[in-house]
Amino acid sequence: MEMTNSPIETDVVIIGAGPCGLFAVFELGLLDIRCHLIDILDRPGGQCAELYPEKPIYDIPAYPIISGQELTDALLEQIKPFDPQYHFNQRVDEIERIGDNKFRLKTDDNQEFICKNVVIAAGGGSFTPKRPPLPGIEDYEGKSVHYSVRRMSDFEGKDLLIVGGGDSALDWTLNLTPLAKSVTLVHRRDKFRAATDSVNKMMALREEGKINFILGQMTELKGENGELSSVTISGPEGETEVNCNCLLPFFGLTMKLGPVANWGLNLHENLIAVDTEKFETSEPGIFAIGDINHYPGKLKLILSGFHEAALMAQKVNNYIYPDKKVVFQYTTSSSSLQKKLGVK
Amino acid sequence: MPKITFIEHDGTTNEVEGEVGMTVMELARKHDIPGIEAECGGACSCATCHVYVDDAWTAKTGSPEEMEEDMLDFAFDVRANSRLSCQIKITDELDGLIVRTPEKQF
Ligand SMILES: Cc1cc2nc3c(=O)[nH]c(=O)nc-3n(C[C@H](O)[C@H](O)[C@H](O)COP(=O)(O)OP(=O)(O)OC[C@H]3O[C@@H](n4cnc5c(N)ncnc54)[C@H](O)[C@@H]3O)c2cc1C
Ligand code: FES
Repeated sequence: MEMTNSPIETDVVIIGAGPCGLFAVFELGLLDIRCHLIDILDRPGGQCAELYPEKPIYDIPAYPIISGQELTDALLEQIKPFDPQYHFNQRVDEIERIGDNKFRLKTDDNQEFICKNVVIAAGGGSFTPKRPPLPGIEDYEGKSVHYSVRRMSDFEGKDLLIVGGGDSALDWTLNLTPLAKSVTLVHRRDKFRAATDSVNKMMALREEGKINFILGQMTELKGENGELSSVTISGPEGETEVNCNCLLPFFGLTMKLGPVANWGLNLHENLIAVDTEKFETSEPGIFAIGDINHYPGKLKLILSGFHEAALMAQKVNNYIYPDKKVVFQYTTSSSSLQKKLGVK
Repeated sequence: MPKITFIEHDGTTNEVEGEVGMTVMELARKHDIPGIEAECGGACSCATCHVYVDDAWTAKTGSPEEMEEDMLDFAFDVRANSRLSCQIKITDELDGLIVRTPEKQF
């Protein structure tokens, strides 16, 4: 049984650490609102970091050219003064209202958050491991097919089949070999995209006979009641059947809407409907900004998400500090804003 | 304008006219050809635009560059004639090109 960690309490939880979620920290921070960010990825940046870190973006105001990774790094620098707390490798599965101005969120790692407002900046949805389109694979998932490693000890004494040629495949080959009963690595070619050091270490294990390497691709899974017994690999030498009771396929990530659809919010073709004054959803106190929202005239652009973050923050401020007098201020000239930014 | 034929896994055939300079992926998206998702919009970083080039055309389309070959590791059922369609630029030479789309892009 997994234990539930004690809940984390904060002003605002932001779901998604893409560019819009990151910039929301800034706009909320200027208003003295503290944020925790949750993302299923292992790092910030959303699509910019995952899909096009090296590609240039030409339409960020005042940056004639900036790459996806550079934009992410600049945003992280910009929001640093507000000390946002990041929770990576976790997917938010549930949002529940537990009071007038109070929500409880739960992640797939059993972490709970209690907050006053929720900002959904889930972009194109959660990045999810690709599922090899092999017949019947769903039946094995969670039992003998895993797309990530949460606890290494789960793999102790297993006959493990790892498929892929990137960093995930090789890192787990290296880390799990000492624990598993046997490890077979399968890749479609004898060339690996992973870090050179990992490739060298894997080659050494191969030479020492500690792992088995097979050139080829999976074609069939065999087993019963969710328990895998073997996987058929087809390669240049023909077909091989590998006995294994655990499969780890690493084929990268794809964006899936995921749990967003289950949160009881009004949707418009898989996007969350919001107003254009506050970017609030059909559920008061829950906001949606960036690629995940919809309103008439919506453009899925980073700059639109930034604007949405600024307006959303005003309404959140109103929820959290109902008695605070709202004074409009510029960062250029307001000494109180500059103090918050740590520049004064 | 070069004509390109897309054949779905079930044999459904779509012949469309391409423009020189656009990619085979962009052409497919423009005409809503099923079986090409192109999640990353042509950045060569998702492998959901995977196609099989008809054997008669592989010489003309050429072979994948290193980055594309690396990305093909993230495609399923990769064969000798596999390409990422966002990396095939349409030229006059490719008039008549035939590509097949896989049953699933994952
Ligand atoms: C190749 C490419 C080129 C682009 N070029 C441009 C451009 O030139 N200019 C421009 O303005 N835009 C461009 N875009 C679009 C731009 O990247 C998006 O508009 C932007 O990333 C949206 O930001 P976001 O923060 O809303 O969402 P995303 O960047 O999609 O981030 C959302 C994050 O939320 C996470 N998430 C979702 N659901 C959950 C959950 N339940 N639990 C935990 N985490 C979750 C996801 O894992 C993801 O990391 C481009 C996109 C692509 C793919
Ligand atoms: S569109 Fe993503 S790799 Fe071609």
